[in-house]
Amino acid sequence: MIEFLSMGGYAAYVWTAYGITLVVLVLNIWLARRRHAHMLATARKMAISKSNDRRPVVRTNR
Amino acid sequence: MLVGTYGGLVLAPPDYLQGEAFRIIYVHVPTAYIGMLAYVVLASVAGIGFVWRIKLAHAVAVSVAPVGASFTLLALVTGAVWGKPMWGTYWEWGDARLVFELLLLFLFIGYMVLRLAFDDRDKADRVSAILAVVGVINVPIIHYSVEWWSTLHQGPTIAQFDSPSIDTAMLIPLLINIVGFTAFFAWLVLTRLQGEVLEREKATRWVQQLVVEDLK
Repeated sequence: MIEFLSMGGYAAYVWTAYGITLVVLVLNIWLARRRHAHMLATARKMAISKSNDRRPVVRTNR
Repeated sequence: MLVGTYGGLVLAPPDYLQGEAFRIIYVHVPTAYIGMLAYVVLASVAGIGFVWRIKLAHAVAVSVAPVGASFTLLALVTGAVWGKPMWGTYWEWGDARLVFELLLLFLFIGYMVLRLAFDDRDKADRVSAILAVVGVINVPIIHYSVEWWSTLHQGPTIAQFDSPSIDTAMLIPLLINIVGFTAFFAWLVLTRLQGEVLEREKATRWVQQLVVEDLK
């Protein structure tokens, strides 16, 4: 295990590369999902406020 | 990606010249490949959107750009920490591939920043598409840079028609990782694209019906 972690003396370089890659990939997942959730919430808010606006109009028409 | 990375870190034998440090290849090559793939996608869809005025194409371009930028950044950083023990330097301005790869990162960032300059989305779509299409010339330059200017960066290892100059035990995890990273890239772009389409079409009836139905 120690031998594996030491990477033949290149541990600092190898694990830095893998560590940064992991961080950036996770960040990518988080940012993409956050943006998706934000846009969904915005569209929902807009749809609900619009449907609330519409109802009184329908009633006065009757 | 887990299988490929495990194979690369544990199963593949150490390189006779580079020892264990060569294992950086399993993140460096896939990220560099995705960076270039992302730019080709970006330029293609931006060009399609520009010529045929297809909004969805521009939405794809917008979704690809930040993902492509992050993978290109990864290729540069993993290359730098690989370069230090092997070449004795993190960065070398004299190496063509390094410089053009940096230019690729700037093209992605430039595409995103240029869009911010416009309040009108259609205008942002059209102008940024021109930059995206012009910049695609950089991709073949990166690919052939190691042959045209033989400086620090080594020549191609896999993309050879006769036979790859890499051992099968080392190659298989790399190919698995390239496939895995590509799938991951596609997932990221599609997730971003869903958000982007929601943003662009949020005033339309079909989106409003869809998002409200989803709540029930």
